[in-house]
Amino acid sequence: MPPTFDKGPADDSSAGSGPAAAISKAPGPVPIKAIPVRHYGRWISAVLVIAILALLVNAFANANIHWETTRQYLFKDVILDGVWHTLYISVLSMLLGVVLGVILAIMRLSGNPVTGSVAWLYIWLFRGTPVYVQLIMWYNLALIFPTFNIGIYSEPMNTFMTPFLAALLGLGLNEAAYMAEIVRAGIQSVDEGQTEASHALGMSQAKTMRRVILPQAMRVIIPPTGNEFINMLKTSSLASVVTFPELMRSVQNVYTNNLAIMEMLFVACFWYLVMTSVFSVGQYYLERHYAKGRLRALPPTPFQRVRQLVFSLRRPEVARS
Amino acid sequence: MTTGTHPMVLAEGVHKSFGLNQVLQGIDLQVNAREVFCLIGPSGSGKSTFLRCINHLEKINAGRLWVDGHLVGYRQKGDKLYEFKDSEVAMQRRDIGMVFQRFNLFPHMTALGNVMEAPVQVKRETRSVARERAMRLLDRVGLAEKANAYPAQLSGGQQQRVAIARALAMEPKLMLFDEPTSALDPELVGEVLDVMRGLAEDGMTMIVVTHEMGFAREVGDALVFMDGGVVVESGHPREVLTNPQHDRTKAFLSKVL
Repeated sequence: MPPTFDKGPADDSSAGSGPAAAISKAPGPVPIKAIPVRHYGRWISAVLVIAILALLVNAFANANIHWETTRQYLFKDVILDGVWHTLYISVLSMLLGVVLGVILAIMRLSGNPVTGSVAWLYIWLFRGTPVYVQLIMWYNLALIFPTFNIGIYSEPMNTFMTPFLAALLGLGLNEAAYMAEIVRAGIQSVDEGQTEASHALGMSQAKTMRRVILPQAMRVIIPPTGNEFINMLKTSSLASVVTFPELMRSVQNVYTNNLAIMEMLFVACFWYLVMTSVFSVGQYYLERHYAKGRLRALPPTPFQRVRQLVFSLRRPEVARS
Repeated sequence: MTTGTHPMVLAEGVHKSFGLNQVLQGIDLQVNAREVFCLIGPSGSGKSTFLRCINHLEKINAGRLWVDGHLVGYRQKGDKLYEFKDSEVAMQRRDIGMVFQRFNLFPHMTALGNVMEAPVQVKRETRSVARERAMRLLDRVGLAEKANAYPAQLSGGQQQRVAIARALAMEPKLMLFDEPTSALDPELVGEVLDVMRGLAEDGMTMIVVTHEMGFAREVGDALVFMDGGVVVESGHPREVLTNPQHDRTKAFLSKVL
């Protein structure tokens, strides 16, 4: 629910609707009747685009695609299992990325030159090399470290480094480097005066960070983090290379048997689009939540927008406020 | 320690520089309890910097600064100074309220949330106790009905009044005002000055950096004119403002009055 204005002394909050109402009621202005500018260019480009679209549709209609196969596999267990694995490896990798990213950002912003340089080096290394390469390296770690050994626990690397762990480390550690930069930018975007005001009230460094800086930094951090997650949903398809059974891997397993390569890739595209669309809607609401206090009134939710539209069709002059 | 046996603020030879820029070059002054102490001077004269030194937002380079008999930011043992830890600095700041030129309200909290924040987080008061006092303070600055408004929904004058209430919520013994009306539209200045006048009448010790000469003359008990990082002239506001002795004071006043 958006914060409502108090009905206190009418000093400034209701000023908006005044002039507009006055203009519409003023008597006798002669409306301008002019011949509008003709946008010939728009007509030509619209026709051109529609023509190209029609050609594409025609091409696909006549293409050698066995749509029946796509439809058959859309809700098969093997595919749904892949969707599930894609979701959970994405969520877990993102979680690892966010936690490690916050730690790296704080390391970089702390006055300590050692932690600062280490964080910088980490980001340089993991952002500077492809995720695909990193994934394969984690998976093949046994080639250089035959046993995983941390003193109290040891195990052959071959059994320790499961496809799941390789995917989690490959995707998560890479993500941490990007998240570190996003978090750092968010923290730095908060006005210096906020820190001063908080300190002047006797709040400690840690309290200032937790109660004052981070909640405001979230407004800057959330949108790119949502983008990162939506990217992650797609990037997780690379985990197929370490034999992690996510969506892409499941689809590959099917088409190596039935040879319906394109049909199965359509299945994958369908599910990736469903996942990214659902999370895009979620991101909209998250951003709206963290805009609280920054904007005088929150932007309407899609639902409120529809209601407002219906309402304004009936009583246009009231709906404006 | 009790107030009254010593000045609320005592500065001796306070120096502060930013790199090569010498901002304060030996400030000596004394602010007594229940006094309204006005600091005036041209921009860049160091008056805001001095104010920020009093609650240790800036570290001084030389000299000594006491608030209510306690050294600011350091502990003295023998002839050695030990720098305060962050937590000790925070503890010292509890008793000093500060109001900023640009309000610096927390934009993600309501007016009520802003005023309740420090008592709940720093003094560990229960929310109901803190809320009760916060509502009383908001009522005192005339904004009880705006308690649930966010800062972005308030005018500049209203925001500054909330900021004053927020500082008062910690029940400080000293209030610092850093050009509290300089960022306000002219017609909003009065409402903030009225609140400050009320505070002065209640006996709050206040140090006010200001360009409002009218306020200084009416409400001030003492006034200092600063220029180039030193105190040029000081005395009772009415005397300094109507009969300045120093040429630099005369030049400054002729421009602002």
